[in-house]
Amino acid sequence: MKETVNNENPERWVDQYADVLYSFAWSRLNNRASAEDVVQETFLAAFRSKDKFTGNSSIQTWLISILKNKIVDVIRKESREAVTEETKEVHEPADQFFDRKGHWRVAPADWKIHPGQVLEQKEFMDVLSGCLGHLPDNLRRLFVLRELEELNSDEICDELEITASNLWVMLYRARMRLRGCLTENWLEAK
Amino acid sequence: MLNCKDISKLISESLEKDLPLRTRMAVKFHLMMCSMCRIYYKQTHVLREAVREYGRKHEAPIKKIPADAAEKIKQALADEQKSNH
Repeated sequence: MKETVNNENPERWVDQYADVLYSFAWSRLNNRASAEDVVQETFLAAFRSKDKFTGNSSIQTWLISILKNKIVDVIRKESREAVTEETKEVHEPADQFFDRKGHWRVAPADWKIHPGQVLEQKEFMDVLSGCLGHLPDNLRRLFVLRELEELNSDEICDELEITASNLWVMLYRARMRLRGCLTENWLEAK
Repeated sequence: MLNCKDISKLISESLEKDLPLRTRMAVKFHLMMCSMCRIYYKQTHVLREAVREYGRKHEAPIKKIPADAAEKIKQALADEQKSNH
């Protein structure tokens, strides 16, 4: 049976879907106020265009597709506003991971986790969520578009008006920091 | 000769684009010799997979919307509904 949008009682949408949408938004924006705003905008936009809901997907899928667009809008806007901060970050001071010869300062620790097992590791996911929140904003925004929204390099460069080589450097930094943070907080907590 | 720092950058880049054949061979060769970079390589792939799982995992919400925010949204929707009538 196809789902239909209940015209009479949009309140029930909120009871039913607000947690899912908020959780989704929070994982991308790491910020309560922005997450609340996009969720509200999503419900309003959905309400205004409810006649266009075809019932070919679930209501939740439809709401999330609206939400995703709004999240990319927010990230684009934040990124424009933070241009100066971003250019500063390009020159990283001392290298915390490698010595002057380009050798590892600290050997990467084996996480004892294999691809395909991550879903079962709830603690790993919790630490990951915390580590994403600790990334500098400019790196986090790029990383979210690339790895959570799964946009490709070209799409991100278009959205944020940056060059591909700049994007790759920043993604590299984000990954290095995240693996450092995960090693510290997950492995050592065990 | 590429050092570990170069290799770590290339491994990250290889998630973004196809590396030239020569570079791919150099990375492969380095990985054969260097157990630290092998661990880094594995971590990079686990990280991508974990983050993508995390991003898709909204069926079971990890956070609940604060009650006051939910109320605000209901109010906004009610106002919207009224203004349409």
